[in-house]
Amino acid sequence: MNVHEYQAKALFKQYGIPVPDGRLATTQAEALEAARELGGDAFVVKAQVHAGGRGKGGGVKVVKGAEAAGAAAKEILGMTLVTHQTGPEGKLVRRAWVEKATDIARELYLAVVLDRGNECYTLMASPAGGMDIEAVAAETPELIFTAQIKPGQPLWDFQARNLLFGCGVAGAGLRQGVGLLQGLARLAWEKDASLVEVNPLVVTAEGSLIALDAKINFDDSALKRHPDIAALEDPEETDPLERRAQGYGLNYIRLGGNVGTMVNGAGLAMATMDVIKMAGAEPANFLDVGGGASEEMVANGFEIILGDPNVKAILINIFGGILRCDVLASGVVGAAKKVKLNVPLVVRLEGTNVDEGRKILANSGLAFEVASSMSEAATKIAQVLKAA
Amino acid sequence: MSILVNKNSRIVVQGLTGKEGMFHAEKMIEYGSKVVGGVTPGKAGQEVLGVPIFNTVGDAVKETGADVSVIFVPAAFAADAICEASEAGVKLVVAITEHIPARDMMLVKNFIAPRGTLLIGPNCPGIITPGECKVGIMPGYIHTPGKVGLISRSGTLTYEVVAQLTAAGLGQSTCIGIGGDPIKGLDFIDLLKMFAKDPQTEAVAMIGEIGGDAEEKAAAYIKANYQKPVFGFVAGLTAPPGKRMGHAGAIISGGKGKASDKIEAMEAAGITVIRALGEFGSSVANALKA
Repeated sequence: MNVHEYQAKALFKQYGIPVPDGRLATTQAEALEAARELGGDAFVVKAQVHAGGRGKGGGVKVVKGAEAAGAAAKEILGMTLVTHQTGPEGKLVRRAWVEKATDIARELYLAVVLDRGNECYTLMASPAGGMDIEAVAAETPELIFTAQIKPGQPLWDFQARNLLFGCGVAGAGLRQGVGLLQGLARLAWEKDASLVEVNPLVVTAEGSLIALDAKINFDDSALKRHPDIAALEDPEETDPLERRAQGYGLNYIRLGGNVGTMVNGAGLAMATMDVIKMAGAEPANFLDVGGGASEEMVANGFEIILGDPNVKAILINIFGGILRCDVLASGVVGAAKKVKLNVPLVVRLEGTNVDEGRKILANSGLAFEVASSMSEAATKIAQVLKAA
Repeated sequence: MSILVNKNSRIVVQGLTGKEGMFHAEKMIEYGSKVVGGVTPGKAGQEVLGVPIFNTVGDAVKETGADVSVIFVPAAFAADAICEASEAGVKLVVAITEHIPARDMMLVKNFIAPRGTLLIGPNCPGIITPGECKVGIMPGYIHTPGKVGLISRSGTLTYEVVAQLTAAGLGQSTCIGIGGDPIKGLDFIDLLKMFAKDPQTEAVAMIGEIGGDAEEKAAAYIKANYQKPVFGFVAGLTAPPGKRMGHAGAIISGGKGKASDKIEAMEAAGITVIRALGEFGSSVANALKA
């Protein structure tokens, strides 16, 4: 789960990580008032959406004076922000974060990542802050410093110092930095984060450190034990169909194409999308109804797929293992009748009781195309699309 | 021969009295697996599916000589269950449970490493040696004994591949679903090493997916060390970056974990990568005949 920058910064504060003073605003008037409360004469107004690259997309404005902060908020609020992470459709900005501008001497990069290879959290720091860190890693890997935090161990002072020395931090900033890095490591561990990123971490003109941006992803599997984090979810940031699917316990991701897919199992669902693409068509979605899908799940899946107006054909690919094909076929027939299916449907069933399943489909009176293999299913989908 | 489990494996089911545990334990017994006991704290003395229930894995091991444990307990208690099995001296632990937090798995890996416990999963279908022993949730009947070893990050995708192999006349020595989580037990390389030493296994099928770099690492290992032919498939060529595709580990992030990179690394290592999933079984059969 992702959270907004302003929410991440509130968590940073809890862990003693310095952030600029700021206020949340949903209107121009609120932004003006926020700036007046904050005081000073330079402000940054930042769009709050779950996407990186906000600055390049026009979602971050640096202004002089409270009036200008209000005006910047007016521009940002209600805009559809398009960045390299939002997709071409962009994201509607509903909130702006107004904060005091920071006097920047240098920008560093800092992150705690879930390190699969080393099976621990790893802290990463780089003097090349404010830049695309993947590019830094690819072009100048010597500018990235790392420290592994082993389970049950703290981030030791020396580990933090090594990273800070690597980033050229000295003097007062060093002592402050050790605490900051340790706070970040503790936050990741205690809140089950899968990523905590500060880009940039700023060295001010006075030599102190401050987190200018904040991004946190949380491990969905751990949200149950963090009701405080779960409460930070912003449902508006999720596609409405994806949100509805979540409510049904379905794993649905909307994509750009026109072939709706319903598959049991995530790996097979991905492979089915790939096969569709290889046959010259485009998948409209990823939908995993689960390895042991029920008749009801299938019906709900249909409803979600058909909620996408781009869908021109549907491919159902089920490998009945524990789930029997006859049960599944009944589910498909029942659901197709209920939702008044009006696009061509190709069904590929394999596995337990497959003959009974195919018989149910054949006798249903509905216009199914039945495929007996993955390849045939994809070819048939491409054909029905051409015919339509 | 086979790897990890065979007809002599003695299995204890942690969470046998739960709905999932009971359903799948019954299927395992039907398949012929030697399920010797169950563990549910507080329910010792009961008998379920004809096997005794114990309060602790330690008791179960002492009374039944169990050397394999399969875990069906809910995610919130699963990490504890794995550690308990490890502490009790169970050699192989198969964790079926999904949605175990990654932080818990870090602690688990740290706990079991010095005890030498082998872990499969979590969030996986389990392991099967066809005709001998099934420890997990895969449909038994699609498998047939034979010479192909199979390692996969996915569930139903594995069934698809196994069914194709069987249809193409190719049996399997042992099939292992290693699971779709970022922090897990045995990985491709661990199992490739075991298959290398298994005389029954003449070829290995490796089913990967987007996310992480396990396929790339396995490819590097195969390139440097491997004698047996390896066939591969990677799911998620069309998956968009930044979206978690069902499994907790299946995500392309920061330009890493792409299917195309994995396929490239695998082909460079001499692995025969089959791109059209529908042709996996027949392609392997043709290649092994030639």
